[in-house]
Amino acid sequence: MLDIQLARRQGRFQVNAAFQARNTGITALFGPSGAGKTSVINMVAGLSRPDGGHIVVHDRVLFDSDHGINLPPEKRSIGYIFQDGRLFPHLTVRGNLTYGMKLTPRSQRFIGIDQVVGLLGIEHLLDRRPARLSGGEKQRVGIGRALLTSPRLLLMDEPLASLDLARKSEVIPFIGKLPAAFSIPIIYVTHSVDEVLQLADDIVLMNYGKSVIAGNMPEVIQRPEFQDVFGRQEAFSVVSMVVKDHDASAGLSLLQGPAACLKLPLMNCVTGEPVRVRIRDRRE
Amino acid sequence: MEALSLTALEVESLRLSLWVSGWAVVGSLPVGIGVAWVLARLRFPGKVLLDGLVCLPLVLPPVVTGYTLLVLMGKNGPLGSLLQKTIGLSFSFNWKGAALASAVMAFPLLVRAVRLSIEAVDQGLEAAARTLGAGPLRVFFTVTLPLILPGVLAGVILCFTRSLGEFGATITFVSNIPGQTRTLPLALYTLTQVPGGEAAALRLCIISVLLALLALVGSEIMARRLNQRLKG
Repeated sequence: MLDIQLARRQGRFQVNAAFQARNTGITALFGPSGAGKTSVINMVAGLSRPDGGHIVVHDRVLFDSDHGINLPPEKRSIGYIFQDGRLFPHLTVRGNLTYGMKLTPRSQRFIGIDQVVGLLGIEHLLDRRPARLSGGEKQRVGIGRALLTSPRLLLMDEPLASLDLARKSEVIPFIGKLPAAFSIPIIYVTHSVDEVLQLADDIVLMNYGKSVIAGNMPEVIQRPEFQDVFGRQEAFSVVSMVVKDHDASAGLSLLQGPAACLKLPLMNCVTGEPVRVRIRDRRE
Repeated sequence: MEALSLTALEVESLRLSLWVSGWAVVGSLPVGIGVAWVLARLRFPGKVLLDGLVCLPLVLPPVVTGYTLLVLMGKNGPLGSLLQKTIGLSFSFNWKGAALASAVMAFPLLVRAVRLSIEAVDQGLEAAARTLGAGPLRVFFTVTLPLILPGVLAGVILCFTRSLGEFGATITFVSNIPGQTRTLPLALYTLTQVPGGEAAALRLCIISVLLALLALVGSEIMARRLNQRLKG
């Protein structure tokens, strides 16, 4: 269980976040730009100091203002994947990957380099420097670098925000695989509804620096609070469906839902795969 | 061919110049990087004063700097006598004094070059290193320092070439002693003070120009290699 309760004043901006997250799966920290999402995970990582509150990860107290506990970032065992990658330009991909791994005591490592390199598909990049990587490759190396410290929690700060659509769909499957492959919980910061639908198990909604509601993703996104934050223009419903068949000649995929069937442009999914379909409100 | 071989006087002053300038760089580099880091990263009361103090040798007449060193670091100066008593280090009228004078004069150039490159380092990279398990000191040596190497190199070259040319503070602080403090510029000056020294002075002049040019070209080549490394 992650137990987070934080308050911090940044100039005129007040961050107040309180939520709990499960030890598994992906929890989306979701809200419009400027809602204070990055401020929250920076405090969780120890990169900035809350004025008050507590941060507990797996029964380990990382910060507690009442008891004067404030572990520095290097003692928190939290992996952080940044929006802008932040790979070390003077090291090769291999050097970047092993930077944190070498600083993790052998007895605490439960993730190996071969496993990570294989999962992320970056074998052919190991001897390159970050300047010669594409955006998607950089993000995958950034994910690998954080994983190799064998963290107890992964923080991802809009890891796809700086990528174009093709690169996004290149990285998303890797992120989706992480919780199951390494059993590390992930807090995933995003302002994209699409990413939430594709990746999140749980969701914490933030607005104006405050956490509004938290809970199971499919339930929370139907709540009026959720629609309030994004306004009527962004109203939508989500239906869980299963890929039933592909009709390559017509360029269509057939989806089966609890109440209806849908035909959509051909999707890159196997038959029987569960998908979430978002139906947006587009009344004029 | 005769004209191309160096005279004993030229060899001595050239060797001494390189020795003094080398030590000026070695001695001031760690302090310079430290001061540059403090000026680039910390905010504290009196920062303007420290900044001014570091830059002072740049705007003071060198004679004033030299005389201040003589008063402070000379045999009877408060700092000079203390160092002599505690660790047996003396700066008065020897090559160490010449190196100190050079280091002080070149210090602002060194600090400025290093400070600019520290300010250009993306602090996000240092934060990333912290989350990967590195403490502040390790972050400095494994991330910050490699990234500022081009700036450090520029600072070293500026400091070295400035030291090669140092004259005013040196002659004021440690005088003009052959084999101890008579570096290239001082030897050149001495030759211009004796009748018939013009030809020898011209030769020293040419040597100085070649030496400075060599240092600059060398630094340019190294800077390119460093940049190449960052670009993959």
